[in-house]
Amino acid sequence: MGRYIARRLLTAIPTLIAISFIIFVILDLAPNDPTGNLPLTIPPEVKQQIRISLGLGEPMHIRYLKWMQQFFINEPLNLLEGTTGIKIGDSANRFRLRSWATRGPVIDLIIERYPQTLWVVGLSYIVSIIIAIPLGVISAVRQYSWLDQAGTIFSMIGYSVPTFFTGLLAIIIFSANLHWFPSIYDTTLKVKDWASFVLQLKQIVMPVTVLALFQTATLNRFTRSSVLDNLPLDYVRTVRAKGFREYYVITIHVLRNSLIPVVTLIALGIPTIFGGAIITEQIFRINGLGALLIIAIQGSDIPLVQSLTFIFAILIVAFNLIADVIYGVLDPRIRYD
Amino acid sequence: MSVQSEAIPQLTAVTTRKYRTLWGDVWVKFRKHRLAMIGLTILTIIILGVLIGPFIYAEDPEYIDFAVANLAPNAEHPFGTDNLGRDQLARNLTGGRISIAVGITAMLISMTVGSLVGSLAGYYPKLDGPLMRFTDMMLALPILPLLLVIILLFRDSLRTVFGPETGIFLLIVFVIGILNWMPTSRVVRASVLSIKEKEFVEAAVSIGTQQHIVLAKHVFPNVLSPIIVAATLSVASAILTESALSFLGLGFPSDVPTWGRLLFDGKDFLTFTPWVVIWPGLFISLVVLGINFMGDGLRDALDPRLRDR
Repeated sequence: MGRYIARRLLTAIPTLIAISFIIFVILDLAPNDPTGNLPLTIPPEVKQQIRISLGLGEPMHIRYLKWMQQFFINEPLNLLEGTTGIKIGDSANRFRLRSWATRGPVIDLIIERYPQTLWVVGLSYIVSIIIAIPLGVISAVRQYSWLDQAGTIFSMIGYSVPTFFTGLLAIIIFSANLHWFPSIYDTTLKVKDWASFVLQLKQIVMPVTVLALFQTATLNRFTRSSVLDNLPLDYVRTVRAKGFREYYVITIHVLRNSLIPVVTLIALGIPTIFGGAIITEQIFRINGLGALLIIAIQGSDIPLVQSLTFIFAILIVAFNLIADVIYGVLDPRIRYD
Repeated sequence: MSVQSEAIPQLTAVTTRKYRTLWGDVWVKFRKHRLAMIGLTILTIIILGVLIGPFIYAEDPEYIDFAVANLAPNAEHPFGTDNLGRDQLARNLTGGRISIAVGITAMLISMTVGSLVGSLAGYYPKLDGPLMRFTDMMLALPILPLLLVIILLFRDSLRTVFGPETGIFLLIVFVIGILNWMPTSRVVRASVLSIKEKEFVEAAVSIGTQQHIVLAKHVFPNVLSPIIVAATLSVASAILTESALSFLGLGFPSDVPTWGRLLFDGKDFLTFTPWVVIWPGLFISLVVLGINFMGDGLRDALDPRLRDR
């Protein structure tokens, strides 16, 4: 097992390096100039100085290596100091990754924004798992029943209708006409008492539902087909022949085996749902990481865009790795390839 | 003698049975799939609608008339008008043309790259390692953020070269296509790997056929069915991606009304003029739903394991 994990880790590192390079180069080759939007009255020498102060004076490979150093060494160290309070080295003069727009460290902006995203994404994921797995199992066990048919149609719709349409529809129906939920997510709301808790609950219902709808559809179909694959196998017949009640056959034997691919799909889906959050955050005006990325892109804030895109990439690679490891733990057969 | 003459009509009856090709067979299977036929019907109606519609309904989608702004659907404007008084039916029809064109063109790009990479990796063991590592790396790229970044950064320079509409169309189609081929290449590689071991390939090799001809003439036609299914589904995902980009305000500019762009334009007047967002949203959903239904039907019709069941 140790060797299996080590091998997976070793393949993840070159992937990450390659991705970081691609992201850096795309942003670097882009024909746009951070000083392009400044007034024309600024003399060219000053513009040149601004460019140098933004760190653009050096050749590309030096800047890439500096960015890597900032991203992988300096900022994690700062993060460590911030959380533990221990001073490591010369932290006051450490070269930091700064946003061009706010001139503040990129990492502070990200820390400010990520709780909102994590709440919405995490809750919707939990909701969709709670709904999708039982529904998928029942659909498979009672194949072609009305519940299965309804589940199929629900999944098809959930899979096909884009979140930016379901979100807008939800706003039209539930906030504009029924006035049940607010259409804008208020991040400054602090949960202190029961009333503010209810408010928080109300404002999170729609974004979570919209994101969960899509995820539930995928997971539900996958669980169903995985259980259907397992039901005709020999071990199920053996368990039945031993006289177990059907309920135990399904919950103890079939479920355990058919959830192996589902668990890996759940791990693999986490980065995708972060991507989906970019759109959901735009609809409900949640100021999370996705909204931060959009603002950074529109403002050509290259360091912030680079860091955020790379963080999304790290999430994908990390959860691929986690999915592989979980698969290896749950299904020993695939460790020996 | 009499026995023979009785047998002959029977024999001819058997041999003149309706001639059926492989694709005829697929069509017979496909027609039995209820959801797939529903999907095909929806798609045909919408595609014919956006192709022929603008000729019948000759309203200018760009004509601004403040006198009729924010009208609910009525006899004059069946889909209503937006805040600038532009006719929404005309805009939805033009938008549909562009959205569907983006979907199909991006599909062609991703299928070309995907099947090329997949069949090369599957057929030539030497290329397998590097090509699949490359595919894995591409799969680990964060697609949506990267799309947004690339489009924002290269939008202006392409517009100056190819003109405002063609430039952005080429950019969006190319970027969506080039970031969407990876699943196809994996499927194609897996199919090529299994087809490669079949006897007819061995026979072709043994009579001295060149490797690349074996791949192109004997192996590739046999992996067409997974490619067709993937192609169908990738049109849907390309349309969704384009709409998402336009919805975020980073796709087509507002003078090019795609369905996603109409949603983006309408979302700020959501409670005031809901019809501006409902129609394009409905069309995107219906097209994607139709394509997904069709993809399901095609998969069942083309999968030899499910055949004759």
